Amino acid sequence: MTDTRNDSLLWSAQAFIWAEADMLDRRDYEAWLALWRDDGFYTLPIGDTQDFDNALNLCHDDAHMRRERIKRFQQGFSISSAPPARTIRTLSRFVIEATEGDDVRVRCAEHLIEDKFGRQRIWAADLTYTLTVTPDGFKIRHKVARLLNSDGMLNSFSYLF
Amino acid sequence: MTIDNRIELVPEPDELVFKDHIRTPMYDDAALFDAEMDRIFKKTWVWVAHESEIPDKGSFKLSQVGRDPVIVVRDRKGRIHVMINRCRHRAATVCEVKQGKTASFQCPYHGWGYGLDGSLRALPYPEQYGDDFDKAQHGLLKLRTESYAGMVFATFNEEVEPLVEFLGPVTKWIDLFMKQGAGYPVKAIGEHQFSVPMNWKIQLENTTDAYHFPVVHKSFLQSLDDETEEVFSFLEQGKGYVEDLGNGHSVMVMIPELVDLEDNLDAPIPERFQTLAQELRDEGHDDQQVRRIVRAVGGAGFNLNLFPNVSLSLAFFRVLTPVNVGCTDVRHIAIGMDGGPDAANRARLRLHEHFQGPMGFGSPDDAEVWERIQRGVQGGAELPILINRGLEDEQPGEAGPRGHISAETGMRAAYDMWKRMMQS
Ligand code: FES
Ligand SMILES: [Fe+2]
Repeated sequence: MTDTRNDSLLWSAQAFIWAEADMLDRRDYEAWLALWRDDGFYTLPIGDTQDFDNALNLCHDDAHMRRERIKRFQQGFSISSAPPARTIRTLSRFVIEATEGDDVRVRCAEHLIEDKFGRQRIWAADLTYTLTVTPDGFKIRHKVARLLNSDGMLNSFSYLF
Repeated sequence: MTIDNRIELVPEPDELVFKDHIRTPMYDDAALFDAEMDRIFKKTWVWVAHESEIPDKGSFKLSQVGRDPVIVVRDRKGRIHVMINRCRHRAATVCEVKQGKTASFQCPYHGWGYGLDGSLRALPYPEQYGDDFDKAQHGLLKLRTESYAGMVFATFNEEVEPLVEFLGPVTKWIDLFMKQGAGYPVKAIGEHQFSVPMNWKIQLENTTDAYHFPVVHKSFLQSLDDETEEVFSFLEQGKGYVEDLGNGHSVMVMIPELVDLEDNLDAPIPERFQTLAQELRDEGHDDQQVRRIVRAVGGAGFNLNLFPNVSLSLAFFRVLTPVNVGCTDVRHIAIGMDGGPDAANRARLRLHEHFQGPMGFGSPDDAEVWERIQRGVQGGAELPILINRGLEDEQPGEAGPRGHISAETGMRAAYDMWKRMMQS
């Protein structure tokens, strides 16, 4: 692509998403919560569904549920998250899918390795972001993390994708 | 494996299960696991599907009976068949689609074709098999199949009692559970699946174990509004009970007011369901109907544990599949109202996601403590695993012994049946 506007959009979206990935690996959840629009949704769907509201998802969090989820991770009463598995993730293969008004839709690939009890597990997901351009930078309107085997036999997760 | 070449077990089943404790090999002896697959999962009724998962003629889903992969399918006459997913020629699986609709099953290797009832219909170039080849003897291996209230069970055992007899007093509880359809048929609307490094019986024990709830699920309780947290504080309230229902089954009543969802319809609508109630009113449902649906959305006030692999738990079906002595697959099937209001089904989906599955606020903590048991039994093999809680106070109930809500009565029921089956 030689379109420099698109190149710089791709670059800034990538930088934003990488920064988010870094927050998640470091479990800097307060910073992560601040990345969102109030009406944003964080969704881990099952299978190829697009109608998230009317389907069973692994999670489909509005602002309230995101805060509750983070509280659960942080308060120390949840045995699976105290301590949680540690994670290292890489994100790549970024594509700008569409731009519409102030919104940009970006997708990318995520590889994540978790470690707990001396055992490592590996996960792959397609991430799709709808980001809104604001004076303070991007805000997440919707993030969909679709695991490669989302409709298969999984394990429990003590972290976010 | 047949009775004749059964494996010698060291120790024997009656050296492993006692009234008040069980022994460590129950969770980590691989030979014992093999014997269980034989003497339990090949001998009794095993849950394979809910009828709504195979709604039409030709609908099928893959399932398991113990370690045997099966196809559950509805034929053209609406009858349900359960058959082993293995071609009778040279054993290839005939289906690798998890759920769908078909007119027949064709083996991909040499093209043998089977009907929806498992019968062998056609095979390419049949001449070389000679005249005495009998197609009727080469259908997919079929299991005996019976249903109760939409719950489909199958068994390898031609001699076992009819399903309703096996269920006994459980049928009354299944009927009560299905009232959460609010007059609509109950329908499976999605499932969470996760594998846990634990012996299958650790999950079997858990569904009627109220004792763990306030400890393991504290973070879930804290994510609820005060009114709902109060509803789920059933251990402190101590109004419920656990009852042995025979044949290894048990029921744990947590919220007595919600045992019969058609009772107390005049009770005030809880705060957390006010928005839903308004949505339903706006859609034109009358007050009585709104109350009935809203009450059903919250689920039943009890957990029903069926030996050996399924439970009807508050608002969903829990299914376990033993994989090996230290690994079990768990499914949490969400249920909704078939043809019911979308708003009500959406509310049920969100409630299911809140607690269940790999990212729920409940299941991951369950999975963690179950794995801790499997890790814990690696040490101190000589120590007992206690199942004596509430033994002191147990009274005769309607169907069998009834204990305090936090009693281990349900585990004792399951292990009685385990011992009976392992010894026969
Ligand atoms: S293995 Fe199925 S046709 Fe040969
Ligand atoms: Fe639990």
